[in-house]
Formats: sequence, structure tokens, C-alpha cells
Amino acid sequence: MKIAIPVNEDKTTICPSFGRTPMFLIYDIETQNQVFLDNSAVASQGGAGIKAAQSIVDNKVDAVLTPRCGENAANVLIAGNIKVYKTTFNTTKENIDAFNENKLQILDDVHPGFHNHGGM
Amino acid sequence: MKIAVLSGKGGTGKTLVSVNLAAAASKSTYVDCDVEEPNGHLFFKPEKLKEKPVKVSIPSLDENLCSGCRKCVDFCKFNALAFINNKPMLFEEVCHSCGGCILFCPQKALSEKSKKVGKVEFGKAKDVNVITGIMNLGEASGIPIISEMFKSLKDKDELIILDCPPGSGCMAMESIKYADYCVLVAEPTLFGTHNLNMVYELVKIFNKPFGVVLNKCVEGENLSEEFCKGHSMPILESIPFDYELGGINSNGRIATFESNKYSVLFSKLLKKILKEVHI
Repeated sequence: MKIAIPVNEDKTTICPSFGRTPMFLIYDIETQNQVFLDNSAVASQGGAGIKAAQSIVDNKVDAVLTPRCGENAANVLIAGNIKVYKTTFNTTKENIDAFNENKLQILDDVHPGFHNHGGM
Repeated sequence: MKIAVLSGKGGTGKTLVSVNLAAAASKSTYVDCDVEEPNGHLFFKPEKLKEKPVKVSIPSLDENLCSGCRKCVDFCKFNALAFINNKPMLFEEVCHSCGGCILFCPQKALSEKSKKVGKVEFGKAKDVNVITGIMNLGEASGIPIISEMFKSLKDKDELIILDCPPGSGCMAMESIKYADYCVLVAEPTLFGTHNLNMVYELVKIFNKPFGVVLNKCVEGENLSEEFCKGHSMPILESIPFDYELGGINSNGRIATFESNKYSVLFSKLLKKILKEVHI
């Protein structure tokens, strides 16, 4: 099972933005293999969430762990059969551990998007 | 003649200046290009004469014809299309109606579908024609609505006041594109000066003649005034931070009609602008 997490440049802490995160950690639960995927949507003028979610779908990820997620991105992920969980810790390791112990909740407070009106 | 009133941020006094300039003229057309939150009509309270819907074209998919080649999705630079389960998925409100996906589809699975994004209201308040652009909530761009309003402006000699959207983005650009003169409204604060600089850069790029109206002026330091002097920008008028004016304005009334002092101020400002345009 592959999971994706938006991470900051330090590659260990969670980025609060899904669509405009600098990169995603793609982590394979079974093999414990990890890859950092540059987020090509980071500089998009609009539709960053859609583009970021698309790259998650294209990378055949099964679940996303994120502190929050915009409506459009969530719609792409849901259509791509990807489950979205809410992170509760600051680091990728803590969240992966919590996920493995079934302690993360499904993210249900999808926001309508910030569209250049703040949020960070 | 088209006079655009703009500012780098909202709440600076664009509508105050626009409404009062239109009111100070014997005959004018006031165009509210701030289609995300048009408010000039609150002052003019125009009698509504007609209304026109504004429509754009968005793609519509025939799933039976789609081969799942993804060309449309890869083409879309606005990220309005996602590719899920081998089919494109459209995000209507992100689509900019460029039509590229339809042109690129080798299977002709995409066709044009009409979508209403807002409307233009035409009204009249005494000698002022009031044109108001209203964008539907959630739409990405008000540009089709602004363009629609420009299509309706015909008489070249008539005085047209364009109340622009805040900022210096696409919608402000669309609004000043055909302007003969730009009025930049600025607040005296550091933030106000920063935003004045944004629209100053914009009018320079568009090569438009312009002048500055300093609003909310108080005793003491005025950073926007200093900025204007430092860049040799003409200052047309200084409007005081005045309880009387604030009171009239916040009650949706027009200062030019209610106060002799402001009737004089805005008439003088209008004359000055007209003189500048004719130089």
C-alpha cells in the first residue's frame, strides 16, 4: 500500500498546504521504500490542488495523509479511489506510525479552497 | 472618453471617487467593473432598465467517443481537467474557456457547452447611466463580464467612469485596457503606498496617462504623497479623512449631491482630469 504526504523542504515535517506543498513523500507501507516527489503544481496560478491530486493519482497512491485538503483536490482523489486521512502530528514518521496503528481519522473537513486569498 | 479609477487594494476609495465623478458630470455613464463585489449601484440606486446574461463556452464530454488519450488534460494549463479512470474530469469553475481541449481532442469527444457566469444590469439614475457587472459566486474570472460591458459602450464622446476591481491582476488590466486616463486612489499608509506602487507599475506597463487622488488624508505624514513626489506622479486631489464624508458615504448617499464642499471638490477634480486627458 502506497501513501502520500505533503512535506516541507526539510523532508520530515508536514506541509499545511496540499496543493502547494513543495513535495510529497510517497511511502510504501510494505517495502518501507520512500520517494520524494516534487510537486509540479506548486507554482500554478490556479488549480494547484487539482494538479497535485492528479500526480498523486498518476503515482498509484492508495491513501493521502494531509492536515487539510481543498474541495477540488478532494474530488480528484475521491474519484481516483484514494482515501484521505487527517494528519495529527508534525512529522511524517509520527503520522505513518499512527496510520499503521489505525489511529488516523478520515479527513472530512474539506475546505472550499483559498484561491490566492490566504490560508497559509 | 473613458476614465478608469483603480487602486492596489480594496477599501481605498475607488467607488467613492468613481461615483462622485460620475455624479459631478452633467451626463455620464458609470460602469462597475468590480464584478466580484459591485457596489456602485448602492449609491445610485438606479432604475433597472434591462439585464443581459453573460455566458461562456466550456467543454462537454461525450464519453462514448472518448478514447482516454489524455491530450485534453495535458493541454489544459489552467488545471481545469483531471484524468481519472481514463476519462477527463472537468472543474467548470477553473475553466477559462480557451477552447484548446476541444481543438486538441482527436476523437471529437469534446464539444462546446454554454454556461452562464454572471450578468450585466443596465440602469439609469437621473443623468447617470449605471452599468453593473455581476459575477456568479465561485467563478474563477470576471473577465467575460467586463468584456461584455465594454461591448455595450458605444458613444465615444460620452464621459464614462470605470470603477475598476481592486489590485493589479487580470480583471484590473481588462478594465483599464480601453481607458483614456487612469485615476489611482491611494491611502496615506505604508500598506497604501505599497498598493499604489502596484497600480503605478500597471499603468506604466499599459502606457496610460494617470493622476493620483490621495484619500483619507490626515495631518502629518502621508507616505503615498511622498511616494508620488519621489516619482514625479501628478497629484490631482487630496480628500480628507472626514467624518462628514464617511457618514454620507457609509449611508449609501452621494457626497456630491449632499454636500456643497464635496460637490465643489469632485467637480474640480473632474475638470482637472478632463483637462489632463485633452492635453
